[in-house]
This record gives sequence, C-alpha cells and structure tokens, in this order.
Amino acid sequence: MTRYIGKRLLLMIPTLLGAAVFVFLLMRLIPGDVCELRLAGEGAYADEKAIQLCREQAGLTKSLPRQFLDWIWGMVRGDFGVSMWTGRPIIYEIGLRFQLSLQVAIMATMTAILLAIPLGTLSAINQDTWIDYGVRAFSIAGLAMPSFWLGILIILALLIGTQALWGTPWMPPIQYTPIWEDPVANLSQLVWPALATGYRYSAVAARMTRSALLEVLQEDYIRTARAKGLVEHLIINRHALKNALLPVVTVIGIEFAFLIGGLVVTEQVFNLNGLGKLFVESVGNHDYTLTQSLVMLVALVFIMTNFIIDLIYAWIDPRIRYR
Amino acid sequence: MAKLLEVQDLRTQFHTPSGTVHAVDGMSYDVEKGETVAIVGESGCGKSVSALSILRLLPVPSGRIVSGAIRFLGQDLLALGNEDMRAVRGRQIAMVFQEPMTSLNPVLTIGLQLTETMVQHLAISRAESAKRAVAYLQMVGIPEPEQRLKQYPHHLSGGMRQRVMIAMALCCEPTLIIADEPTTALDVTIQAQILELMKGLSQRLGVALILITHNLGVVARYADRVNVMYAGKIIEQGKARDVYRHPRHPYTLGLLRSVPRLDQPRRRQLESIPGQPPDLTRLPNGCAFVPRCGFKVERCALEVPDLVHAANGHGSACWEQERLDKPRGTG
Repeated sequence: MTRYIGKRLLLMIPTLLGAAVFVFLLMRLIPGDVCELRLAGEGAYADEKAIQLCREQAGLTKSLPRQFLDWIWGMVRGDFGVSMWTGRPIIYEIGLRFQLSLQVAIMATMTAILLAIPLGTLSAINQDTWIDYGVRAFSIAGLAMPSFWLGILIILALLIGTQALWGTPWMPPIQYTPIWEDPVANLSQLVWPALATGYRYSAVAARMTRSALLEVLQEDYIRTARAKGLVEHLIINRHALKNALLPVVTVIGIEFAFLIGGLVVTEQVFNLNGLGKLFVESVGNHDYTLTQSLVMLVALVFIMTNFIIDLIYAWIDPRIRYR
Repeated sequence: MAKLLEVQDLRTQFHTPSGTVHAVDGMSYDVEKGETVAIVGESGCGKSVSALSILRLLPVPSGRIVSGAIRFLGQDLLALGNEDMRAVRGRQIAMVFQEPMTSLNPVLTIGLQLTETMVQHLAISRAESAKRAVAYLQMVGIPEPEQRLKQYPHHLSGGMRQRVMIAMALCCEPTLIIADEPTTALDVTIQAQILELMKGLSQRLGVALILITHNLGVVARYADRVNVMYAGKIIEQGKARDVYRHPRHPYTLGLLRSVPRLDQPRRRQLESIPGQPPDLTRLPNGCAFVPRCGFKVERCALEVPDLVHAANGHGSACWEQERLDKPRGTG
C-alpha cells in the first residue's frame, strides 16, 4: 500500500509538468501581451519604447525556453513570482480566494453527499414507487436548474423572507472572513452558494447512487445475503451500498475538482471573490504568471482529488488494495 | 411425523415482455429428514427456480409463485410474513449457489460474511461467532481458518470459495440445505471433492440436502432419491438407484445415454437427445417432450398422465413407461 501511494505521488510530477508546458505555450499563443494591453489597451497611444521596456521588466524578451525554465525553477523553490497585471505577489493574489473557493467546494460537496446518498438509496430500494418518482423529479430539477439561477432565487428568498420576518431585509455579508476568525460571518456568507451548487451536484450524485445501487442489487452476492436471512438494512448498508459507492465517489471527486476553479457565474451572483473570477480576469489581462499559477493550482487540485479518490477506492474495494 | 419438506403442486411464473414463462408448472415432491434428494434436468427446465421458490427468493417483481404449497415441518412457507420468512432463511433452510465467484461479496471479509449469519440468527456475540466460524471453516477443509477470516473472497480459489459458501450454509445448523448446481462452475477434480464434502457433512450433521444438478452421474452417486424435471414438471421420481437402473421416462433414458462413459469405445460419438427444450411461454396440453420423444404414441400430444407410482415409489409421467421399463442394455 505504501509503495502504491509512493508510486502515485511520483506520477504526479510528469502530469504537472505536462500541464505547465501546455498552459505556458497556450498563453503565449494568444495575440498581444500584458504590456500592450496595459499601455496601449483601449486604443490609447503608447510609446513603442515604453512597451519594450515593460516587456523587458516582465522578462518577456527572454527566449521562451528560458522563460519557461525560470518559471518552473521559481515554483520548485516555492516562489510563484508576481502578477504581471497588479505587480503583487501571486501567493497574495491567490491566497484568500483559494481559501474561499476551497471552502465553498468542500461545503457544496458535503451538501451533495448528505443529500445524494440517502436520496439515491431511498430511490433505488423503492424503485418505481412514489418515493422514487419524487427523488427523480427532485434530481432532474437539480440538473435542469443552473446553480446561478438557484443562487438568485436563494438571495431573493432571503431578502423577502427576512423582510417579512423582521421588517428589515437581511443580506449575506459581502466581505469574506476566514472561518477561524469569525465562523458565523463566514458561514452566513458561504452557506448559500454552497447550497446552490451543492443541490445541482447532489442531483448528479443521487442519480449515480440510484443506478449503481439498482445494478448492485441484482448481483449474486445480494441474493446470497438474502438467502442468509439478513435483515434488509444490513443487506442495503453493508452488502449493497459499499459496492455501489465506487462510481458515486468518482462523480463526487470530479465535480469537487471542478468547483475549485469553475464557479465563475455563481461567484458573480453571490458577489464572491473566488478563484473562478480571478481566473477569468487574469486570462483577460494576459497575466501570464497569474494564469499559469492558477492553472497549476487547479491541476494540482485535480490530481490530488483523483489521488484521494483512488485511496477511497482502495479502502472500499480490497481487490484494488492488493493489486 | 411431518415430512421435513413437502412441495405440493408448486407453480411459479415469470412475467416477461414476451409472455408468461411457466418456469415451474405443477411440481410436487418431498424431502425426509437427513436425506439427499436430487432435482435433475437440462438448463432452463425450472430446477433453479423451484429452489428459489422454496426460500421465496425469486427476482421481484417479475417472478411470482402463483399457486401450490411449500410445507416445511408442516408449516406453509408461502403463508409466512416477510419477517417470519427471513427468520427461516439461513437459519432452518440454507442455500449454496452455483457461482462461488460471484456469490460472495467482494468487499467484505470472509469472517464478516460468515459471522453475520450467526449474529443475525443465533443472538451470539461477534467473538463467539468468530470462534464458530473457524470451526466450520476447518470442518469444510479450509487450511489456516483463522487467517481466512481476515481475507477477502478474491484471495480464494473457486473451490475454496464454494467451501466457504458451504460453511456459511452450515453455520446456523439448518435442517435443510438447498444446493443449486454447487459444482457446475468448478473444475472437474474439485467437483468430486465438494460433493463428497457436502454428502459427508450432511450425513454427519443430519442435514437434509436438495441437490440440484444436470449431471446424472452426480445423482447416482450422491442422492437417495431423485426428481427428474422437464419443462417445469417432474416427469419421473423415485429412488436414485431405481431411476438410474430402470428409467421409466424416455427423457430420463435420453439423459442417461448422454452421460459420457469411460467404459465405451473412445471414438464413439456421444449420444444426445435431438431437438430443443420447449418454449416455457407456450406449453402444450399434452406431454412437452413429445417432439423429441422416440416412444411417442397418439395420446401423448393430447394429455399427460399424472406421475404413476409403482410399488417402490418409482413414478413416471409417461403413457409408455411399461415399454421402457426393461433392464438396461437391451434397448
């Protein structure tokens, strides 16, 4: 098992390196650069010399391999450099936003798991009854509703509800506070986007739970468990669910990794300063260094998530553990 | 004294898009305490379904027992509530399935799968049940039983898994074990070992055994009595020795002739019964075996006799059984 983990960790290096090459080249394929945009953007006149000077300062006049190696070497030493647009250290730019995005992703995942697994199970064991139809309608609705729209509904409901209740409307705070500084302020801001994205997310996972469980319930070993006279809840929880969870874990993991950098519109709706927004801005600004660092961060999250999924797989299924 | 198991006029059907499948179509037999009864027939003749019907483990919602009675120690299992039926399963009637590779849960340890049955039915502690599990694993001939408890099914070979299944079936000391083709999925060399083991243990522990198989060689060797099934019905029943030596139904005769034998010349082609088993959605009024039968007479297509029993309890559902009942080798 230790060897397996070690091997997996080593395999991360080439994957990350591949992502680095890819984003590095891709960014430089986009016409224009940060200096042109800053000095001559919006059709303003700029001195060719000033642009050239800016490029020299930003290190853009060096050869591409040199730029690439400088960047990689910086990252290896833990130095991510400064944003080409704002001039502030990238660690500073990403820091709080990553915290926020990570927290929303974790909370949305928890919402999804808590909703999806019980609902999917309920739906499967009551297949083709009203319970099943109800759960399926609930999850279809989740898939059909964009989470930003649900977000708008949540905000409206909060405003109208609190207005009716207390006479004055209440809005979630707009300023992000880390959870360890003020949990109440933190949660009252982030619970709503987590619910809005968690619902959609749970819909995917609940459907997966249902279909995986229905399939597992047809297996021979479930018939064996029945023939042994086990009570139904043991058959479902011990014998069926453990087998059915494998595909569900995959879906949850992939979705989680997506949430880290992909919540652009939802962040907009809830006025959150998260990674998704930063991503869009940095690409728009031709901010090579920031975009590259963000891509590397998201790639790392994807790889780590997959790694954790594999560990969960091995924990659930002994056949993987001993391979 | 009541018989251990009496199956009376059991009818089990499956509702499928292509029609109602009469998988078991009026089947009656019984099992005495401690004896081994075989149910023999081709694939798809309803023998597995008849076994699942006893434990009421038919796939829902397609499979349904439409009529009949299954009396276990005088009590009709079909009249039991779900919870009472659950208490019978594994405790009084246990089952060993055909596919040892898929019949054990791959993500749970052997130990858990063995002990959970005992914890469920016998109200004993985990520790006590683990002790018993070791004893049963030893009994079914599994080496190093203590270590096995922590292992998973994929660590064991097919034969070993089937031994675990047998230990699982035995561990609550049931009075009846239904073994549905317990050796079909195993290597030939392992088959004999498993059957010897089951026979030995059932005799030693006084457990009755319903042995479902398509192999008449197995029947001759291990069963006390035999029921031959064709198209959802029992077409011949009797003591294994009688049926084997003096088959009274053309189908049984055909089955016996198609068993490969070592004492026949090597290049001689194996005999087989011509034709296909009938479509269980459209069973004829007469005998279902007519299209494949070499002994048929006119009335066979119109009606079937009930199992007509001779004095020794040997019965056949064939009009022409007297013609068949000659010593073997002359026909």
